[in-house]
Amino acid sequence: MTSDSIGAERKVRVLVAKPGLDGHDRGAKVVARALRDAGMEVIYTGLHQTPEQIAEAAVQEDVDVVGLSVLSGAHTTLVPRVIKLVKEKGKEDVIFLVGGIIPPEDVAALKEQGVAEVFGPGSNTEKIAEFIKQKLGELAN
Amino acid sequence: MASGALEVLVDGVLKGDPVRLARAISVVENDARTGSTIVQRVYPRTGKAHVVGFTGPPGAGKSTLVGALIGMFRAKGKAVGVVAVDPTSPFSGGAILGDRIRMQSYGTDPGVFIRSMATRGHLGGLSRATGDVIHLLDASGKDVILVETVGSGQSEVDIMKYAHTVVVVLAPGLGDEVQVIKAGILEIADILVVNKADHEDADKTATALEMLIETKKDGSKPPVYKTIATKGLGVSGVFEGIQEHGRNLKAAGGWQKRVWDSFLAEVRTNIIEESAERMLEAAAKEGFLNGLYDDALARKVSPREASLMVIRRYAPEILDRSAMND
Ligand SMILES: Nc1nc2c(ncn2[C@@H]2O[C@H](COP(=O)(O)OP(=O)(O)O)[C@@H](O)[C@H]2O)c(=O)[nH]1
Ligand SMILES: [Mg+2]
Repeated sequence: MTSDSIGAERKVRVLVAKPGLDGHDRGAKVVARALRDAGMEVIYTGLHQTPEQIAEAAVQEDVDVVGLSVLSGAHTTLVPRVIKLVKEKGKEDVIFLVGGIIPPEDVAALKEQGVAEVFGPGSNTEKIAEFIKQKLGELAN
Repeated sequence: MASGALEVLVDGVLKGDPVRLARAISVVENDARTGSTIVQRVYPRTGKAHVVGFTGPPGAGKSTLVGALIGMFRAKGKAVGVVAVDPTSPFSGGAILGDRIRMQSYGTDPGVFIRSMATRGHLGGLSRATGDVIHLLDASGKDVILVETVGSGQSEVDIMKYAHTVVVVLAPGLGDEVQVIKAGILEIADILVVNKADHEDADKTATALEMLIETKKDGSKPPVYKTIATKGLGVSGVFEGIQEHGRNLKAAGGWQKRVWDSFLAEVRTNIIEESAERMLEAAAKEGFLNGLYDDALARKVSPREASLMVIRRYAPEILDRSAMND
């Protein structure tokens, strides 16, 4: 799709969302800014998002990546629900990332359910951007 | 793009399928040539939507107001499309698109489709693809399309090209009145909103505006509404105002004029961009501009002369024709 475009290169679009009830989004904002600085278009939807809202936003915004920031420990229910809803809506090829405090024993389970990678607190934000670019490169081939 | 994939997108847009509509918008944003094929295919099914533009300084409450208006249109059973534009960072080429936050209450309503877009270097408060995205939403069956511009407070008059109705949103205490007047934004307003009416200076701002706005050529004067968008207060006035403006335009024949003006403005923009891109691409491929390096630094060739050289080389008919008319 890119080869014959006029002027513009295809931009990576990322939805950064925070499902659940806990009330702070500092980490999510740091990641959003880092991804912008890496040249991506970041749709930031703020706090207290339901899985339905996140899935619908992922569809309408046609994002390549959905980054979910979870702190509340609700990752075991909320994250799989978002993934399921996005798929049900017929949107494919989305890379799901999770950020936040996830017990190591749950990381494997999340990956099994379709999460590409989990980034703990204090993760190097440049690494996240690199990971996304690398993953999208794999998908394109 | 394979023609089968293109058919699927065209068909999906016309059926209002959100996944396909969303993808078609991305194509229009990323790939102007395929995008134009899609738009041409769906264009016969456009023309039903009332396009309403929202402009005004950042923080005035445009997104919040749009969010509140979505609810009112939904209550009347109207399908709503929203395009919200935020600036691309000139340093990284990336963007943070945050308007959706204020519209989330309708994020899961199947009658609402919200799309955030970055300017991608385009000036004037919208992105290059905005016009085409409006056409796609229109073709997908949206009755009303709400377009929020960047809101730099600068000359964001581009919205005029696309909207039947332009709403200018201001807020007291931002000190933007002078800026707004300088930027010529007041002249394009069909409706003025002083949002944040919970602020003590709101009345002062509204009065100042009433005094500043002038009667238009057609004898109309844009109404001024006060709102507290966060609480939904006064928003029904704006809602009525928008609908009335649409009705009046249609009754007075102004609707067709706006449609034709928009058509011409879009054609003009597209010609400028298409022809410039193509000539520059061709010139770059041949190294034509780089070949001017020595002459440019020696001040033998001015930038204007260089532009004419490029046009003469890649689109000579244009120069011949205008020469004939001289
Ligand atoms: N006090 C008050 N705050 C408002 C009102 N409308 C919006 N806001 C707040 O003003 C800020 C900017 O609003 P937003 O809709 O994003 O403005 P935009 O930049 O013009 O789109 C947000 O924090 C809103 O919650 C209002 O009527 N009163
Ligand atoms: Mg906004």
